[in-house]
Amino acid sequence: MSVAAPPVPTRTYRRLPAWAPYAVLVASLAVTAGVLTALNGFTIASMFFVSAIVYAVAITATSTAVEGRRWATDRLATTLVTFAFLLAVIPLISLLWIVIGDGVERFGPTFLTTDMVGIFGSMVEGGVAHAIVGTVYVTGIAGLISVPLGIFTAIYLVEYGRGPIKRGITLLVDVMTGIPSIVAGLFAYTMFLVIFGPAYKAALIGGIALAVLMTPYVIRSVEEMLKLVPNELREASYALGVPKWLTIVKVVLRTAVAGITSGIMIATARVIGETAPLLVTVGTIQAMNWNPFDGRIETLPVYVFRQYAQGGPAADRAWAAALTLLLIVMLLNLIGRLVSKFFSPKGGR
Amino acid sequence: MATTTPPQDQSRRGTGERAPGRLGNVIFKGISTTSGVMILVTLAAVAIFLLYRAWPALVANAEEFADVSFIEGNLWEWVAPLLFGTVLAAVIALVVAMPLSIGIALFISHYAPRRLAQLLGYIIDLLAAIPSVIFGLWGFQWLRPLVEPLFAWLSSNLGFIPLFADYTSPARNITTGGLVLAIMIVPIITATIREVFLQTPRLHEEASLALGSTRWEMIRQAVLPFGRSGIISAAMLGLGRALGETMAILIVLSPGYAINFFLLQAGQHNTIAANIALHFPESSGIAVDALIASGLILFAVTFGVNMLARWIINRRAEFSGAN
Repeated sequence: MSVAAPPVPTRTYRRLPAWAPYAVLVASLAVTAGVLTALNGFTIASMFFVSAIVYAVAITATSTAVEGRRWATDRLATTLVTFAFLLAVIPLISLLWIVIGDGVERFGPTFLTTDMVGIFGSMVEGGVAHAIVGTVYVTGIAGLISVPLGIFTAIYLVEYGRGPIKRGITLLVDVMTGIPSIVAGLFAYTMFLVIFGPAYKAALIGGIALAVLMTPYVIRSVEEMLKLVPNELREASYALGVPKWLTIVKVVLRTAVAGITSGIMIATARVIGETAPLLVTVGTIQAMNWNPFDGRIETLPVYVFRQYAQGGPAADRAWAAALTLLLIVMLLNLIGRLVSKFFSPKGGR
Repeated sequence: MATTTPPQDQSRRGTGERAPGRLGNVIFKGISTTSGVMILVTLAAVAIFLLYRAWPALVANAEEFADVSFIEGNLWEWVAPLLFGTVLAAVIALVVAMPLSIGIALFISHYAPRRLAQLLGYIIDLLAAIPSVIFGLWGFQWLRPLVEPLFAWLSSNLGFIPLFADYTSPARNITTGGLVLAIMIVPIITATIREVFLQTPRLHEEASLALGSTRWEMIRQAVLPFGRSGIISAAMLGLGRALGETMAILIVLSPGYAINFFLLQAGQHNTIAANIALHFPESSGIAVDALIASGLILFAVTFGVNMLARWIINRRAEFSGAN
């Protein structure tokens, strides 16, 4: 009655221990640092660049020797994929670093509350108050147009639309997302040129340009949110005899309100930094302009560009304004994410 | 209309007589449909207004541009190098961004710990939120000094290849511009590819792993073939974005009107968008018309590229490998 014991699985190939990649990484960093110092070529950038290559070669070679070709390829792929991610994070970090580093010098309450009247040549005073007002106006106008338009279009796409018209609009919304920003600017410029003549300049024109860019973002995110609302909620509402439009207003939109808010904030953050369309529509001015419907107006992105192009002490103002802009954008993004994280409907799926 | 219900309406959706909120329904549906149609109207308006203003320049001959300092010859002779520069910068950006984005998307979808993946996705999305003008400053201030030694090395060692010939500092050339564009389009490409990779049928992946594949072999067998059309359309979307990007090129590039492939030389190329931003504020008359005409051409090109990208995506949705 002896039953043959099942064969004990034996590994026919060896694997590297889990700590091996880290050991190889430390070794390649050390070797690279040593060699670069010996060659007098030591900089942080070259250090990371070269040691990345050394590591990729070393881990592949080690793995080939111990584990064989297939696992070595796998290791190499893992390494490259990880490096690709790290490579993409470097611009983000360096960008934040350089904007904050160069921006804090002039950044402060005075910078935020003064405008550029009477600032010449090498004067280091001056600020962005007028540009902040302009940016708020332009973005506000864009929001006033594109938020209702975007929400209703999304409602159409999700609740009403069917057939070729729906597909056509969906396609065109996608295509509209890819409109070059400067083309939107040219469109707003020509439209007002044709209707009001060449003398008319106002924040309104820039607002229209940004609305063209912002609407597809709003549609996209609201549409995603409305699609997430479970059909059971709609059906329960219909079963109670609530008309469709009230169902949309009181059930669908109410359920999706957090996601919609967050989508709108992120869409705002997207367009608030648009420079090119404002460059061709609202121009630039040194002084505060409180009237969004008449006269040139300064905006933050254009201010950044103009001041940087001037160079000298103006470049410091450019960096401080860039920091202001970045803070606004990041804040909008952060609040948007938090709103959607904490206020979105839970359960259901 | 809402008070008296004609008999033939009774059959509609079983609402019975005097359906509540009928007027509200009609109004609400009307507003929604109008908004949807507004999108079509807006796009048409963009094309029509641009065409209307660009028309004088489109039909003008070379003499009419004699007064315009930045145009030599007729409109097409002037636009051709700009279009070339636009495409060249976008292609450089795409060549750099595509492998990077595929890597990042794979890292987020298949390599990073599940718990970290969403956070890492946000980090990449943050890149998309940064205004283009700040990317321009960053490219000029941070990236340019960083790549200058690299370009100098390329030019002195591989200078016999015409692509890399005759580099002169500063690196305000099309390659630097393309690199900045690459960073700017990485988030949009990554987001699209990531979505597709995450949709890879779980069973395909597990089948591959069960046959003893390494993770990389599984990706090559299951993930990449499934995501191929997604990758292509993501590339098109990135291309569309890179074609229309203005500020980074405007700040980084030292402009020129040549058609050549001297990637490391400054003052050779320019893009349509950057050229408009550069000359528009100081232009008047036929010069404005010419710039708008170039904008119209840019619009047509990006429109075509985006349409193609969406067409590929939609075709994939219908015949996806998941079913």
